[in-house]
Amino acid sequence: MFVRDQWYVAAYGYEVGRDLLSRTILGEPLVLYRTEDGEPVALADRCVHRRYPLSQSHLDGDTVVCGYHGFTYDRTGACVAVPGQRRVPRTARVASYPVVEQDSFVWVWIGERERADESLIPRAPWLADPAYTTVSGMEPLAARYELLVDNLMDLSHETYLHGGYIGTPEVAETPITTEVDDKNGVVHVSRHMADAACPPFYARSTGIEGRITRWQDIEYHPPCLYLLHSRVAPAGVLPNADGSDPDGFHVEVVYAITPETEHSTLDFWAVARDFALDDQGVSDFLRESNRTVVLQDVTALNILERVIATEPEGYQELSINIDTGGLAARRILKRMSDVRS
Amino acid sequence: MSDRTAMLHGDTVYRVHWQPGTDVLTGVCHCGAAHDFEDPVELWEWLLAHPEGHHPEQPAAFEPLPPALGSPEARGNGGRA
Repeated sequence: MFVRDQWYVAAYGYEVGRDLLSRTILGEPLVLYRTEDGEPVALADRCVHRRYPLSQSHLDGDTVVCGYHGFTYDRTGACVAVPGQRRVPRTARVASYPVVEQDSFVWVWIGERERADESLIPRAPWLADPAYTTVSGMEPLAARYELLVDNLMDLSHETYLHGGYIGTPEVAETPITTEVDDKNGVVHVSRHMADAACPPFYARSTGIEGRITRWQDIEYHPPCLYLLHSRVAPAGVLPNADGSDPDGFHVEVVYAITPETEHSTLDFWAVARDFALDDQGVSDFLRESNRTVVLQDVTALNILERVIATEPEGYQELSINIDTGGLAARRILKRMSDVRS
Repeated sequence: MSDRTAMLHGDTVYRVHWQPGTDVLTGVCHCGAAHDFEDPVELWEWLLAHPEGHHPEQPAAFEPLPPALGSPEARGNGGRA
């Protein structure tokens, strides 16, 4: 169930450079690179001649020279040279995709080009904010993106799948509040734990000893961007009435959920913090811990994908209270995909 | 966290509160109608059927959530630009 006419994260900005990068989004093969003046470019990754992947080719200045027969394309996808003849056929062109670099991500519009509106790109400003330190990565997932959405919308699974890292008993035990802004297509899920055990992820990074007040506020902007605003503080320590929060530790966990094919997903993850900004040890610990957590999800979801892919349609799932937010997300995704079908 | 707090605002916001100490979910429509459920699927069916079966008695009163995480008020740098 793909949702077209949307912005998707194709890569981190640091992945796109003077080497050709291959990415598939919604089944469309793309090649990404950066021009000499630093602008990111996304073109269809198939030479118009014999479909050779341009990502297996090389750059000559700002043009891509096909590694098979030398068809040469400029940054707009227009073919500017073919071998052995002066005339370049008028139809010699590969599709180019609207690209925006923002909040450390390279976003690509998948859909009708004229509908691309930069103002629709949801924001994750912490990732490029000097007041935060960010660690990040991307793990390929051999599962449909809807399974990752389900996973992230219900964090009670932390208790069972991620015990010893981010899960404690209180996550699964604490009720949630769910809100849906239907017009703007945003889902919020909040879980505020007043008095909880501090999992190693936060104990080692913040230095807090003892129990904590732990807030998890999810903000999902379907289809691609998921934000988890996480606040931890010693138990009972709350923000001030004016909203300032000098005694709280804030972690912005960002996921970009980019469907690659019907059965695979690019799982971009980033963890931005507003404390221990220059502590490389904390950065290394959070990077390794979060990557481990993501890989635990990847393992589970890959198993689930194999189960679902081999079972007949129509399995009757059972949903309970913890699924309230996930059900809302599914409904919005369904609506978005129906618009185009 | 299941008292009636509000994070999102607007005239198309649905809210679902999980009542503390119970298995009860209270769905609150943007029209003010509220209904209790113990099944989130039934709850969404009811919420999304608006206005069918919705009888708002009075607009639900919400306490503002203390600084919503990620909100401009709390962060000073904006969740959404």
